[in-house]
Amino acid sequence: MDPSPPDYVLELDNVSKFFGTVIALNDVTVRLKRGEVHCLLGDNGAGKSTLIKILAGVHPPSRGIYRVDGKPVEFDSPSDALDLGIATVYQDLALVPLMSVCRNFFLGREPTRSLWGIRLFDREYATRVAHEKLADMGIVVRDANQTVGTMSGGERQCLAIARAIHFGARVLILDEPTAALGVKQSANVLRIIARARDKGISVIFITHNVHHAYPVGDTFTLLNRGRSMGTFHKTEISRDEVLNMMAGGQEMQELMTELGVRL
Amino acid sequence: MHPRVDTPAPTPVVEPVEADGALRTAAPVRILASGVLPSMPHAADDHVRTLSRFHRLMGRPEATSIAGAALIFAIFGFAAGDSGMFALDGVMNWSVVSAYLGIIAVGACLLMIAGEFDLSMGSMIGFAGMIAAIPPLYFGWPVWLAMLISLACALLLGFINGQIVVRTGLPSFIVTLAFLFVLRGLTLAFSIMAADRTIVSGIGDLAVNDPVARVLFSGTFGDRLFSAMAHHGWIAARDDGSPLVQGIPKVVIWWLGIAAACSFRLHRTRFGNWIFAVGGDANAAKNVGVPVRRVKVSLFMFTALCGWLFAMLQICDIGSAAADRGLQKEFEAVIAAVIGGSLLTGGYGSVIGACFGALIFGVVQIGITYTNLNSDWFRVFLGLMLLLAVLFNNQLRRRMTQAR
Repeated sequence: MDPSPPDYVLELDNVSKFFGTVIALNDVTVRLKRGEVHCLLGDNGAGKSTLIKILAGVHPPSRGIYRVDGKPVEFDSPSDALDLGIATVYQDLALVPLMSVCRNFFLGREPTRSLWGIRLFDREYATRVAHEKLADMGIVVRDANQTVGTMSGGERQCLAIARAIHFGARVLILDEPTAALGVKQSANVLRIIARARDKGISVIFITHNVHHAYPVGDTFTLLNRGRSMGTFHKTEISRDEVLNMMAGGQEMQELMTELGVRL
Repeated sequence: MHPRVDTPAPTPVVEPVEADGALRTAAPVRILASGVLPSMPHAADDHVRTLSRFHRLMGRPEATSIAGAALIFAIFGFAAGDSGMFALDGVMNWSVVSAYLGIIAVGACLLMIAGEFDLSMGSMIGFAGMIAAIPPLYFGWPVWLAMLISLACALLLGFINGQIVVRTGLPSFIVTLAFLFVLRGLTLAFSIMAADRTIVSGIGDLAVNDPVARVLFSGTFGDRLFSAMAHHGWIAARDDGSPLVQGIPKVVIWWLGIAAACSFRLHRTRFGNWIFAVGGDANAAKNVGVPVRRVKVSLFMFTALCGWLFAMLQICDIGSAAADRGLQKEFEAVIAAVIGGSLLTGGYGSVIGACFGALIFGVVQIGITYTNLNSDWFRVFLGLMLLLAVLFNNQLRRRMTQAR
């Protein structure tokens, strides 16, 4: 099961990040294997957001090395990361609610066709491909011309993920994709994550919800107050152990028992 | 309207629940792409909605203004049907008013969809007219050259407006309000300085003799066709056999041309997609690589261009330029766009709708003079129409942005 070291897509080696006097990340090591779902778990303020921003190329690390495919990289902007196929889906999703599904899907990268020398937005292609790609991810949109505003939060999340995959992502970084969703909606998003992995895409799944992370995750890295508390393979650790390692885990456990949610 | 049906989580197959029979035209059965999802048992949830045809139709932004225009025509057909309002010369009367407003309404509408306003449009009309009229009359320049310089000034001002808005992030409302006064003041100062008066006449005659202005702006279109039709007695003719209406005023042609081009641009090109996106959510647009600033600045320049075009047509038509031309036109343009279904918050709207908004405006303004009503009622009507449109648009937006 253990791959040889070069089979890591992304590696952060002993990375720290300082903002003035604040130590946001301290000596964190995260390694993402090809085709796995790697969950980054931590409560608010654990350094999850900082970690994403380093991975996405928004911030350079203050200390430590960031490697992609085994080679050290220094990103100047998120577009550098995107060029290497590292796509980040932020919580705001970058979707325009008043625009249709297919227009959102291709926003900024519209397909065009030529008509008498005029370049046209190829609506037919856009509608068809958006429909196909969404269906591919298990999202059925009857009308690709419905506005995104009428979709549920889970559907929007899935749309953003499907879009990232369509435009060449081989590494997906998902920033709390289930944070604002109900149980059933969350389950849909988790399915999409599993599906992305089945397609050979590596996923970094940031969440503070163990019950969302455990079903789809292969590996778990726990963050607490800017430090890594270790990385565990699913075979090495049970859900309850993960839960207990997280701050507030006990409270969540009680709550879950109380609510009777099974995943 | 369509309540979400939350089902117990692990149930693989759930009967779809018919919540409201009234508006659904088809049974809400999930259509699954066959064979794509073998491993994913799907709970029937809120992925699929069905809207009635009526809802879809009313969901289009221009629907209200078209319905409104039909209503207006019906009212005036009833109230002023035999007064000559719908004779050819009457039609030309209100279509010219609509066309002038329509030209700037199209510009205002595109800018509004992109989430911005240009309140300096009205002042731009006075300014561009003066810049184009004074040099030929007082310095002996060719008309086409003065018009070209006027165009350059207008585009530059639009560029400055746009740059200030996108670089500072200030509301365009306030930035262009400043330019409303600056431009009006400049126009007055410039005309007093150069001509020592605020109305300059005689530009019409010069324009008719100018090779460019004559073709583009002066007079009417299709004169020969109209003469022929008068000759055959198909349209009203004067005693000497010449037609009562010489042709279609060029402003109408410009209006239709610009409206068609802009509507095409908006719905069928990448740039149009970007216009909707920057107005709908500028941040999201930026994050997916849309050049937000470029889109907005170019639209500010386009509204300036529309104001310039309005001014050129007007000075050729009236024959004079005046420093107070275009007063309050910025509001009329916004009103037409709003009646046409554009949201004040951006991201949604229609050029066709704005044109119908302008048409309503022209028909009511001119039509009221054909009736026994005092024309003061025009403004009352206009205000109410605006209010109604805003209320309706607000409802529409709510329906479009609410997850069901």
